[in-house]
Amino acid sequence: MSVAVRTTLTNDTVGDAAQPRPRRVIGAIVGNHPLGEHYFRLDVGAPADALAARPGQFFHLRCPPRGDQPAYLRRPMSLFAADPQGGRLSFLIKLVGKGTRALAGLGEGDQLDMVGPLGNGFTLPLQPRHLLLVGRGCGLATLFPLAKAGRALGARVTALVSLSRPASLAIEPLFAAEGTETLLVNDADGSSDPARVERLLKNLPPVDAAYSCGSNRLAALLAGLCKDWRIPGQVALEEPMACGLGACLGCVHPFREEGKTVYRRVCVEGPVFDLAKVHP
Amino acid sequence: MTDLRIRIGDLALANPVMPASGTFSPELAALIDFNRLGALVPKTFTRQIRQGNPEPRLAEVPGGMVASIGIPSKGLDYFLTETVPFYRRFAPPLIASISAETPAAFAELAGETAVEGVAAIELNLSCPNLEADGRAFAMVASTTEKTVAACVKAARCPIWAKLTPNVGDMTEIAKAAEQGGAQAVVVANGFLAMAIDAETFRPRVGNVMGGLTGPAPKPIILRFVYQCARAVSIPIIGCGGIATTEDTVEYMLAGAAAVQVGTATFVDPDAMTTIIDGLDAFCARKGIARVADLTGALILPGTAKAAEKEPVL
Ligand SMILES: Cc1cc2nc3c(=O)[nH]c(=O)nc-3n(C[C@H](O)[C@H](O)[C@H](O)COP(=O)(O)OP(=O)(O)OC[C@H]3O[C@@H](n4cnc5c(N)ncnc54)[C@H](O)[C@@H]3O)c2cc1C
Ligand SMILES: Cc1cc2nc3c(=O)[nH]c(=O)nc-3n(C[C@H](O)[C@H](O)[C@H](O)COP(=O)(O)O)c2cc1C
Ligand code: FES
Repeated sequence: MSVAVRTTLTNDTVGDAAQPRPRRVIGAIVGNHPLGEHYFRLDVGAPADALAARPGQFFHLRCPPRGDQPAYLRRPMSLFAADPQGGRLSFLIKLVGKGTRALAGLGEGDQLDMVGPLGNGFTLPLQPRHLLLVGRGCGLATLFPLAKAGRALGARVTALVSLSRPASLAIEPLFAAEGTETLLVNDADGSSDPARVERLLKNLPPVDAAYSCGSNRLAALLAGLCKDWRIPGQVALEEPMACGLGACLGCVHPFREEGKTVYRRVCVEGPVFDLAKVHP
Repeated sequence: MTDLRIRIGDLALANPVMPASGTFSPELAALIDFNRLGALVPKTFTRQIRQGNPEPRLAEVPGGMVASIGIPSKGLDYFLTETVPFYRRFAPPLIASISAETPAAFAELAGETAVEGVAAIELNLSCPNLEADGRAFAMVASTTEKTVAACVKAARCPIWAKLTPNVGDMTEIAKAAEQGGAQAVVVANGFLAMAIDAETFRPRVGNVMGGLTGPAPKPIILRFVYQCARAVSIPIIGCGGIATTEDTVEYMLAGAAAVQVGTATFVDPDAMTTIIDGLDAFCARKGIARVADLTGALILPGTAKAAEKEPVL
């Protein structure tokens, strides 16, 4: 796993030559573990170029046929972790519908058909001191590899973890193992309320760059804070996808530019975008 | 080694497998070898820049999807300065897919698109004709003939007519395209369809209706190909739900000279190249020397062939 390090965090450059080229790889499942009530972690054997995926990039997974209504299209899943020594790629997946249920049924030795790595990953400042990750639900899977990348650059990393219920995803110990401090909030006790989250974040020591995924409301909130703090921010967007390659023009997100709506493809122009452009 | 070469009018193709417009883009070159394809068919473009339909644009349904993309386009200039040079780096002929809002505008755009490096022009006749109350060009035989004829006259390259399945009798439309001078008909575009979210009471695509593609409608398109093949003598390019070698063989037996693969590429980027290899192996297994011999080789009940004990095919 490598990460782009730049002074500016805008993500307008498409097809960054340094990013690994996508290809179709078939790997064998080496682990499938529940991680809370609604999530599981899927570990799969993968070659070096797939393991070179960057935080924020994703793979398009073919769901095994299962049940009477198989998922027809692939499902996009972010890089969660990569272990180059062990030749192992991991996804953290939330049980949502038929595709994710089919993936949850995979067992050791089963084959997983993946296309990737796809999309543009996150960018980190050159010498970050403090990075802030603000994620909710399955968006935490996308942000998680930034913890390791940030620590590798010597930064302190704080993650705001928002969940519907604390028991749904057991991610706090994983962040802790990466040396990341977590702020846990949830809907069950009302702590995930945006006003309360804002107060929590405003009490943090100065942040150099912030990243968000999994909640429109949290991303909007973070965009405001980034503006106040005069720091760069990025958000990884999620839209249903068909090709994942830029061909179908199906995964677009609308942006307001010079008074006009322009659509950008989340799979190739994103999924990571400048927070200030998504929430101006 | 099977002879996989086929002819579509003036064009000689190395094999009968090509992408369907709107499901193919330069990014795919990272995953498959474009030089192996029968032809290259990029996304339909219009003269003007268009943003396309509001999101969400995709809804998966059993055996396929409903897509309402709305022909976003970077315009004619982009096509001529970027798209043509990009695809000319590859050997297979480039087929430009175009769309416009009136027959005259179609002809004008066809004329400007017929540049060096464009081997044929495919008219996407499934878009609304502003002079016919917004009904798709290929819903009306007379409009189809008029539009095709105008494009044939304006462009000095072969014209293919891509038809819409949203008609009762497609043979009338196919005949009109032939009459207008089309060198091939592409059968067909997506079926006008809907998907509704029962939880939220809302349509699942932003434009309310979209095109149904993928394996779900395949048997119906196959029937259209069969009917059109009996009605016209120009080649038919089958398109709808093709994902495997067997699908391709079925379309060719029904009368298609070639096929286009669309949605299947999203699921399996190697679908087209796998089919090409599969056709070679299939023909070898059946003792067929030339893939073109499959076209129209369907054995119908009550024929002398059907009476043979051991069908040769
Ligand atoms: C770039 C990207 C990265 C992602 N990374 C992760 C990840 O690491 N972990 C994870 O758990 N999830 C991730 N997702 C979301 C994940 O792809 C969807 O949850 C999954 O496709 C749902 O499939 P399903 O068949 O289980 O649900 P379906 O039965 O297809 O759908 C159930 C519901 O989810 C909605 N939905 C379907 N696909 C998406 C989608 N792509 N995004 C948002 N909503 C959708 C549908 O509209 C429907 O309401 C990511 C999405 C994107 C675009
Ligand atoms: C996302 C998407 C975009 C499409 N865009 C176009 C287009 O621009 N022009 C066109 O003629 N057909 C377009 N089509 C239709 C396909 O070319 C093809 O006719 C249709 O998908 C049926 O084939 P399939 O079942 O193999 O996908 C599009 C289809 C899809 C799914
Ligand atoms: S998913 Fe097809 S263009 Fe993004």
